[in-house]
Amino acid sequence: MIARIIRRLLAGVVTIACIYTVTFVMVVSLPGNPFEQGGRHLSVEVEQALRARYHMDNNWLYFWEFLQGALRLDFGPAFTYNDWTCNQILASALPVSLLLGLLAMLIAVMVGVPLGVLGAVKRGGWLDAATSGFVLLGVSLPTFVTGSALLTVFAVYLKIFPIGGWGTLAHLPLPAIALSIPFIAYIARLTRVGMLDVLGSDFVRTALAKGVHPRTVVWKHALKVAFLPVLSFLGPATAQAMTGSFVVEKVFGVPGLGQHFVNAALNRDSGLVMSTVLVFSTLLVAFNLVVDLLYAWIDPRVSESV
Amino acid sequence: MNHKTEPVQNRRRRAVAYAGNVRQGTWGWARGHHLAIAGAISLILMVTASVVTLPWSVQWFNVQGLDSAVRHPPSMMPVVAFEHYSAASATPKTSDRSRGLKPAPREELTRFVHRATSWCGHDDLGRSLLFRLLPAFLVSLAIGAVAALMAVGIGVAWGAAAALAGGRVDLVMMRIVDVLYGLPYVLMVILLKMALTPWLTSLFGGHSLYADLAVLLIAIGGVSWLTMARVVRGQVLSLRAEPFVEAARAAGAGPFHIFRRHLLPNLIGPVTTYATLVVPQAMLQESFLSFLGIGVQAPTPSLGRLAADGVEAVNTFVGYWWLIVFPCGILVVTLLALNFIGDSLRDAFDPKSRVHGPAL
Repeated sequence: MIARIIRRLLAGVVTIACIYTVTFVMVVSLPGNPFEQGGRHLSVEVEQALRARYHMDNNWLYFWEFLQGALRLDFGPAFTYNDWTCNQILASALPVSLLLGLLAMLIAVMVGVPLGVLGAVKRGGWLDAATSGFVLLGVSLPTFVTGSALLTVFAVYLKIFPIGGWGTLAHLPLPAIALSIPFIAYIARLTRVGMLDVLGSDFVRTALAKGVHPRTVVWKHALKVAFLPVLSFLGPATAQAMTGSFVVEKVFGVPGLGQHFVNAALNRDSGLVMSTVLVFSTLLVAFNLVVDLLYAWIDPRVSESV
Repeated sequence: MNHKTEPVQNRRRRAVAYAGNVRQGTWGWARGHHLAIAGAISLILMVTASVVTLPWSVQWFNVQGLDSAVRHPPSMMPVVAFEHYSAASATPKTSDRSRGLKPAPREELTRFVHRATSWCGHDDLGRSLLFRLLPAFLVSLAIGAVAALMAVGIGVAWGAAAALAGGRVDLVMMRIVDVLYGLPYVLMVILLKMALTPWLTSLFGGHSLYADLAVLLIAIGGVSWLTMARVVRGQVLSLRAEPFVEAARAAGAGPFHIFRRHLLPNLIGPVTTYATLVVPQAMLQESFLSFLGIGVQAPTPSLGRLAADGVEAVNTFVGYWWLIVFPCGILVVTLLALNFIGDSLRDAFDPKSRVHGPAL
């Protein structure tokens, strides 16, 4: 088991290194540079001095310097935000996104799994049709539409929640729900398919024949197996949700990390792009590792087979 | 076709058809493909409407209305006078002619079409929303279709090559897919788009509209082949172990012959299914990019662009409901239809999705 964890960790480090390299190559090969964004026009000398200061005139040096800084958890300055370092930006935006993403994933699992189970157990009935319809709507509607609809109904008309912003508990539910809707849809779909598979298997029939209550069979025996595909989806999904979503943040005025992914790329802010990507890939590797361990815990055959 | 080379899917399809007949009664409407058929019909209707009105919509989609038409709610009677539009369509610019656009259609017909201009209301520049929606639908659908084609082209080649090569090559190729999966999707699309824009603009000789569309297609298509590659690789790996492939290999067939004659026919099912599911995804991505302001450039309309504009208009005043309801309605209907068709195809091609236990 420990050997497995170590092997996984090493593979994760390799993956992060590859992701860093690919991102670096893409950012460096972009036309333009971060210093001329936002209407600033620097003289040639100043620009050259700035490029030399951050080793941008030598890509190899820049690559290693940034990597060394990142290993010391020092991501350097954010070129397009005056007087902000990448560390400060991450420190202010990451906790917001982590909280929102965690809440959204909790909602997604708590709502999506029961929906999927209901759809599978009552298949063919109106409940199945209703959950399938909800799933398809969740997959089909762009987040900015669902988000705006939530905002219009609950903030503008019913005035239950504030219209936007961040800071109090009342600011949390609407963006969390908006963020969770596509995830609810995917989880419900995965659960339903997995559950249909499992309900046809021999051990379910045996348990039912023995007289175990159908509720116990479905929610304890079958769900344990049907949850496995959901679990492997949860790894990348959680990493994605916890690094923020630009759309949800823009619609609800949340100061999260998602906006920095987009703005950094649009502004060619190489330092900020690479720090956000490193945060994302670290979270991704970490959650995949957690999912892996949970997998082995739920299904002991997995750890034996490796 | 002898027994050994019969595509596995055919055999499976027969088995599924049998099982389907036996179980049809328990499932009712959800079992049949009614939803998929309804989806296909609505898609065909929308495509027909967009194509038939194309001669007018290419000339009218950017015609700004008079003051009275600005954000005018939907009405059955046209708000903007016929002469206003006919002026736009009667004198096609020479540049339009040289681009191969049709000359103005006959006047009676144009008068007839003009009666529809206010059916979906007008936007903040007084432009007819209906005549922006019609070409927007085609633009969005084209983006989705080309993204799906790119996903099929790259994904099938990549996945099949990895599976057939096996060993270390397979490992490296799939690792590359893993790493690309690990990159934040949004970031990759934006970076691709920004890296390609100047290059393609010069390639298209300054025709920024075409360059813009091409960049969008490559950026969206360039990230949507990953799932396809994984699916195809898995499929090829399992097919390779089938006796009919072994028999072909024993008979002396080369890898290309085996791929073309024995593997490709069996891949068509899952590949079509996933391609159908890529189209709505790509359309959703396009709407997302439009929301960011880096999608299709104004004044070219796309469903995502119109929906994003509508969200902004509704945020200022909820009364402008038609600006969001119509674009989103069409977007949702299209995506639902494509998802229904894709799901239905998956049911048809994947017998596993039809294994059921007892109803509880």
